[in-house]
Amino acid sequence: MSDTAIAPDAAGAAKASPLVVRFAGDSGDGIQLAGYEFAKSTADAKSDFMTFPDFPAEIRAPVGTLFGVSAFQIQFGADEVLTPGDRADVLVAFNPAALVTNLQNLKSGGVLIVDESSFDARGLKKAKLETNPLEDGTLEGYQVITVDVVKRTLEALDHLGLGRKPATRAKNLWVLGLVYWMFGRPLDTTLDWLTSKFKQSPEVAEANITALKAGHAYGETLEISAFPNLSTPRVAKHRKGKSRIISGAQAMALGLAAVAALGKRDIVYCSYPITPASTLLHALARFDGGVRTFQAEDEIAAISAALGASFAGSLGVTASSGPGLSLKTEAMGLGIAVELPLLVIDVQRGGPSTGMPTKPEQSDLTMAIHGRHGEAPLPVLAPATPDDCFWIIIEAARIAIETMSPVIILTDAYLANAASDWELPDVDSVPDIDWPAVTSNGEDFQPFTRDPDTLARPWVAPGTPQHAHRIGGIEKAQGSGHISYDPANHQEMTSLRAEKVSKVADRLPPIELEDGPEDGDILVIGWGSTHGSIAQAAKELNAEEKRVAHVHLRHLWPLPRGLDELIKRFPKVVTAELNTGQLCSILRSEYLAPVTCISQVSGQPFHVSDLKAEITKRLEATVT
Amino acid sequence: MNEMPVKDVTALTANDFGSDQEVRWCPGCGDYAILKAMKTVLADIGRSPDDIVFVAGIGCAARFPYYLSTYGFHTIHGRAAAVATGVKLANPELDVWVVGGDGDFMSIGGNHTLHALRRNVDINLLLFNNAIYGLTKGQYSPTSPVGTRSPSTPGGSVEAPVNAVRFALGAGARFVARAADTLQTHLPGVLKRAHANKGASFVEILQNCLVYNDGAFGAINDRSQSHEATVRLEHGQPMVFGKEEDKGLVFNNETGAFEVVTLADLKSEDTIAIHDETNFVRAQALAELEQPGFPVPLGVIYAEAATEFVEARGFSGTKSKWGREELKSLI
Ligand SMILES: Cc1ncc(C[n+]2csc(CCOP(=O)(O)OP(=O)(O)O)c2C)c(N)n1
Ligand code: SF4
Ligand SMILES: [Mg+2]
Repeated sequence: MSDTAIAPDAAGAAKASPLVVRFAGDSGDGIQLAGYEFAKSTADAKSDFMTFPDFPAEIRAPVGTLFGVSAFQIQFGADEVLTPGDRADVLVAFNPAALVTNLQNLKSGGVLIVDESSFDARGLKKAKLETNPLEDGTLEGYQVITVDVVKRTLEALDHLGLGRKPATRAKNLWVLGLVYWMFGRPLDTTLDWLTSKFKQSPEVAEANITALKAGHAYGETLEISAFPNLSTPRVAKHRKGKSRIISGAQAMALGLAAVAALGKRDIVYCSYPITPASTLLHALARFDGGVRTFQAEDEIAAISAALGASFAGSLGVTASSGPGLSLKTEAMGLGIAVELPLLVIDVQRGGPSTGMPTKPEQSDLTMAIHGRHGEAPLPVLAPATPDDCFWIIIEAARIAIETMSPVIILTDAYLANAASDWELPDVDSVPDIDWPAVTSNGEDFQPFTRDPDTLARPWVAPGTPQHAHRIGGIEKAQGSGHISYDPANHQEMTSLRAEKVSKVADRLPPIELEDGPEDGDILVIGWGSTHGSIAQAAKELNAEEKRVAHVHLRHLWPLPRGLDELIKRFPKVVTAELNTGQLCSILRSEYLAPVTCISQVSGQPFHVSDLKAEITKRLEATVT
Repeated sequence: MNEMPVKDVTALTANDFGSDQEVRWCPGCGDYAILKAMKTVLADIGRSPDDIVFVAGIGCAARFPYYLSTYGFHTIHGRAAAVATGVKLANPELDVWVVGGDGDFMSIGGNHTLHALRRNVDINLLLFNNAIYGLTKGQYSPTSPVGTRSPSTPGGSVEAPVNAVRFALGAGARFVARAADTLQTHLPGVLKRAHANKGASFVEILQNCLVYNDGAFGAINDRSQSHEATVRLEHGQPMVFGKEEDKGLVFNNETGAFEVVTLADLKSEDTIAIHDETNFVRAQALAELEQPGFPVPLGVIYAEAATEFVEARGFSGTKSKWGREELKSLI
């Protein structure tokens, strides 16, 4: 945790453009650790930032292979940083495979630090290289620093007598030391962390500390004149209060803990492991209160148990990714029919089937909104940023309880793993979550009478005296809840369930543009994790006087009030989605509006530059 | 909350546990008999209907919760055990019963039955086994014997059926019992034992489907012949059966199986086996006894005390020990 009170604006700091640093290496090289420490040091430097890890899907891929490469990217700057950046200013490659797979992520002219220790015949072969890129001209146009990091690390640790293998393990810290030097960063935070982390094994702490310092010292020997102004402080003025680095998954876990705290009732979280949703289960399982976790035997059991928990008066929560959401749909139908609150979190990934399990995609939107048997509407929400994952959970819980309905929250592999600096919320200012009080005295209790405003039915859990009643999936008579096959009743109940969900939109704040002129030439509509890329693209285009408006939907169903009118005000309307146009089709069918789509399904977040190019193209086209 | 008059639960009768709903099973269905026994048992147990939950899947059997005055949840096909697990996680203080048919528990929901049993969740699972899919109009089920003719198997089924007791023992159940719908002097005792067990209690209730599978259990649930076709297990008692109690079971240590003897012909070196419900090996041997040739064991086949799941997870009550202060320190 760091205290990022406003710091004096160093001369030139505001003008310094944001920088992108990318670490890439074997999954065993400690890439994520080095990246995370760099992010912490960035927070200490009071820059705004966003990070993104790019993991391989394989657990222990053979060392040095192309598919075993793990990467970590961070963008930081003095202005608000909305994405981890398109391409890197500085790339660190720990082996040939990392170089080959990541060179495309380095800006031309960028700084490349390469550990040459494994650029031997064996290393090149594993990376499927015929010639050595360090020698064959591949790296022309980059500022290359080649260092035999392994050798340097071993030299530095020689006096400790550790043996080759354990000593080599410290090479990520050696490189981190060098990178710290390049950016003029102090070593304190990482030194402190190493000391406390390896309290039990001081020799490991010493090895890592020595390596970090050695890498830092090595920087002094470098010829640096050609480098850009990496070490200019990039102090973000908008940073206030206490902050911490948080990923979307962590924010979501804290959001669930918050629901328990604000509602004074444990929530029941039931899930079956699946990438990239499992991180949430792991985070929750470590809490020692608030959330009762249950690893079920399958996805269906997970949602069924969650619904059982909601029936029993707790808020049931289940999470999965696309394949799991498919399995949960029947139980969601039951939740809608019996009108119980429930949170269903879908951390979307590339599909169909196993698809690209560690890569983001937004391709479950249609399934979330429409993918159930029967007429079964429910609210669908999507957080826009890692820290929004915290707030959206609290909001979704309120909606679920207020509406007595299952609610789907769509996040994705990008949001779950992307991290940024999070200004800690003022917990005391967040209102309680009120579990509805039982208002009847039990005489002739009717479980399907409705609140006139929300149309929600009362939530009366087993254990409540004098209220024993039965609910089920068979159509119920409005009011009494008794089994009913009456045609008019089914018609009425179907409408009531839809209206109840539709009314959620009445209680939402009115839709507002995020950026751009009200009478702009094009409206770009985004939802979910693409927020950062679209917002940055719109900001840059508007700075170029392009008249681009951006609206970002956090509520996908019901659609926000006023969206229809907003869309119809613009001559051109385009959605930007990591799917083949799912929101676009929904908007077209809901509003009969000629919306088009900027679509991408590469398993990667949008690059700001690509978005800018696409939006510009649409702006220039005579017909969209 | 308004003042709620609290009833004296000890004064509740079997009738007080019936709901106002019209029972919609076919006249003569075995489910009526089970419902009747259940109401008596609930009255005897003496807990308020407000603290009892019946969870069911889908099927004729699964309509059960509608006909009781307790809390009830008629869910989806096969998933009742999972729903019930969630109920217990949220509120461990409730008495939770799960009712389902052989399709519900052994087919579409087989996976959940398995896991509820091995986890030892404190729920009572009542399998109404009629060896047929009743609600969907009579297709063969996973418990139907080979050769069952049904709309989907006009030439007779070819699949080996699942033996529910063997399944439950294999799944690691710590309480396994069997009863039959019509045996009203026997069934309530088994249900009470199931309730008394802390953990997952599995009870197979052989149930006659008058419409699609009448007489599937032959003499077992025919009250006049049942004593010849079944052996009533009592812990610590010899396994004798027959109207005249003239037959018994001997355990052959060599084959690891039971054999039927007539008491009059009992050899001097043989002794009638004494039922030990804590003996897992014997329980497995009992699971193998089927008609014809053997009396079908009824009663508690296996019972072993073990820690219950929700308690083992460390969850209790419904409120959260968690508040804003805990949240602040977490953040
Ligand atoms: C997902 C799903 N698949 C199929 C069905 C149709 N279905 C309803 S009950 C049932 C089988 C009923 O048999 P059993 O569980 O033995 O109960 P019984 O009616 O015999 O008491 C089936 C296949 C359903 N309701 N839901
Ligand atoms: S079909 Fe069979 S099981 Fe279903 S109610 Fe009728 S008799 Fe009972
Ligand atoms: Mg059946």
